[in-house]
Formats: sequence, C-alpha cells, structure tokens
Amino acid sequence: MLAKRIIPCLDIKDGQTVKGTNFVNLRQAGDPVELGRAYSDQGADELVFLDITASHEGRKTFTHMVSKVAAQLSIPFTVGGGIHELADVDRLLSAGADKISINSAALRHPSLIDEIASHFGSQVCVVAIDARLDEAGWTCYLNGGRISTGRNLFDWAREAYDRGAGEILFTSMNHDGVKNGFACEALARLSDSVGIPVIASGGAGSMEHFRDAFLLGHADAALAASVFHFGEISIGGLKQYLQNENINVRL
Amino acid sequence: MKVAVVKYNAGNIYSVIHALQRMGVEPVLTDDADVLRQADRVIFPGQGEASNAMHYLREHGLDEVICSLTQPVLGICIGQQLMCRHSAEGNVDCLGIFDEEVMRFAPRSHADKVPHMGWNDLQQPSSPLFKDFKGGEFVYFVHSFYVPRCQWTIASTDYIVPFSAALHRDNFYATQFHPEKSGPVGARILHNFLTL
Repeated sequence: MLAKRIIPCLDIKDGQTVKGTNFVNLRQAGDPVELGRAYSDQGADELVFLDITASHEGRKTFTHMVSKVAAQLSIPFTVGGGIHELADVDRLLSAGADKISINSAALRHPSLIDEIASHFGSQVCVVAIDARLDEAGWTCYLNGGRISTGRNLFDWAREAYDRGAGEILFTSMNHDGVKNGFACEALARLSDSVGIPVIASGGAGSMEHFRDAFLLGHADAALAASVFHFGEISIGGLKQYLQNENINVRL
Repeated sequence: MKVAVVKYNAGNIYSVIHALQRMGVEPVLTDDADVLRQADRVIFPGQGEASNAMHYLREHGLDEVICSLTQPVLGICIGQQLMCRHSAEGNVDCLGIFDEEVMRFAPRSHADKVPHMGWNDLQQPSSPLFKDFKGGEFVYFVHSFYVPRCQWTIASTDYIVPFSAALHRDNFYATQFHPEKSGPVGARILHNFLTL
C-alpha cells in the first residue's frame, strides 16, 4: 500500500540552512547536505529545499548545493524559490533535483505549468499555493503571502491540475507558524477535487496534527519545518506514532 | 567491473550514476554499441514518454543493441516499460523482451491519484535481485503506466491494481521503481545486480 509521506522543509540562504537546528551531532548544522542526510537517516521520505536568496550569485550557490545533495542523498528531493522560467527548471533538474516547486511564477504565468509538464513531465512539477481564509473564502497570495491575487484556492488548484501539475503543495497562511494543526477541512476539499497528490503544509505542532492531516485532510504527504529542526518531533517517533494510529508509513 | 548506462533522451539518468558512484563504481554513460556490448553490466534507466524514447532508440539503432545484449541488463522505470512488447503511452511498439502490454492506471475514485508517486512496498520478491528480502520493503515509485503481473514478475506492488514492480527473463532484469532513489533498500538491490 502506498505510504503517507513525511517531508521536512529546509530554507536555504547563500547555500546554508537558515533556521537554527537542534542537531547536536552534526559537524556543520548549517550544511544542507549534512542536515538532509540526518533527516534521511531518521526516515524522512523526501526533502524540500527552498532557496530564499534573491541575488543572482546566491542562485548559483543554490544550484551548486543541489548538485551536492543529488550526489550524496538517496531519497527524492524537491527544490523551490526563484524559479521564473523554463531555463530555471532546466538548470535545477540538470543539477539533479527530482522535482521543482513553483509558486508566484505559476500564478502570474499559468502556462509555465504546461511548459514544464510537456518538457519534463508532470511528475517534476509541484505547484505550491499559499492561501488565506478571508471573507471571500480561501484566497491565493503571491510573494510569500504579501500580495493577494483574489484568486480562489480551489479554482486555481483545479486549473494547475488541468494544466499538468504533478502535485499540489498547499500552505494555509492562517495556520502557518501557529502550531495549532493543519487546515484539514480545506485540505480534504482540495484533495478530493484534484487527481494528483496533495501535500499539507502550515500548522504542524504535534504528532496528532499529522494524523489529522492524513485522516481528516486526506493529504498524501505532510510537510513541516520548525518542529523537525528544533527536535520537537523526531521523524522516527512520528512515523511510529502514525503506524500505531493505523496510518501506512515507511518504517 | 565495467558498468555502462545507456545514454538516450530520457530524464533523470544522472541519479543512477550518482547511486553507483556512492557504491564506489564509476559507470560510463554511452550510446556506443561496442562499449555497451563489452560492459559487464548495462543499466537502462530514465524517466520520460514512451513513444518519444522508442523513436530515439530506433533512430540510433539502440533498440537492436539492447535486445542483443547477453550480460545482465537492468531496466529502470521507463526502461522496464520500454522492454515490454507495446505501451499504451503514445500507442507504441517497444523492445519486446517481455511479451507484455504496458497499461495506464485507471483511477476508481478521487483517492486513486495518478501518477503513483511515493513509497510503496514489494510483495513476494523472488529473485537474486532481492536476495534476503522478506517482502514489505519500501521502494520509491513515480509512474502513470504499469506492467500487469505476468510470468516474468519477480515482485509485485499494489496500487489501484496489483502490478509488476520488477521483471526478469534470462539476462534481463527490470524494476518499475527507482532503486537509485530508494535509500538503503535501493542500494541493496543495485548491489545485488552488480554481484549477480
């Protein structure tokens, strides 16, 4: 049976991980390859590396990091951040990334999804959506949540799916950073309305929250950052807990 | 040991090269018939679309080269599908090493997402490729088309339907999953292939 996936997300600036971590045994806690390997050894199913550098120089450093990760890790990984056109996708896939994630660029130029799917296949194309629940319903935001598009989450996810996205990574801005659980109701509606996997993001604070994302939110995978980085939840412990809750995970 | 990786227009070929390098093997990426014939092991990896890939293989004479190989050959993902008789993807005739039809997953409900993406378990692994495997080992899949279970099946996986996770006939081996992306379990499978 297909396992539910647990995905740690690492923010990268100038080739180094940004958020502090609790991994005392690492020689270099800021080294994305070392941190990625530690997560892989703990049982992470995939990794996401998000480039938060804006500069051209920083992007080159990031590409170099991608090739080091590809050479040394034996689990799949997705990279995102700073992807505006097909050439960016080509550069990162050539460096060894398994999938790329696009967010604002897809909302601005939806045909980018079609281009990526036809050039490289749907399986490499993760469409990330940041959305907030307001008076109008679930609305998509650009640029890390600063600019509202007025676009409805479910409409946009459906369009991304129809254009050839391989996965949807949905972050609820209402839940992100609050550690009070994922947006399970919206997740379930989203997951049931597209024929591709949905990754839950934003709100993880406890093991029960992951269980709820899978059972109530019908998510195929769950992504988190700080609860893993600060050692509040270990991936091994989380997967053991999920298995005890009769959720199929890779142990 | 000389390990050759078939060079053609498929994506994700470098991940298998990295996996071999992590095992201390330096493979050669080639579309040269002589180099392929003289290698001790040949790996036929990749991701991509079947009809485009077959067109490229025929244009470069690689279809006949692959079929005529006598050393152990390992097809991975699209490699396994291309080693079958025919694929529904692009409705194309393939290499015919395994006399089977490659089909597209037909979802029964919204819970059946296509592609089949992620970690799924091997059932009834029975081959030197899976030496000391007990069944239940997780490996990484990304695919929308599959080979049904057949006389060549050496491991099955269940997704929408039970399908062939791996095939074997004579010197030809193939996996639908990606051993190069399947952590320590995948590394054991590659090691087993190199030590057949």
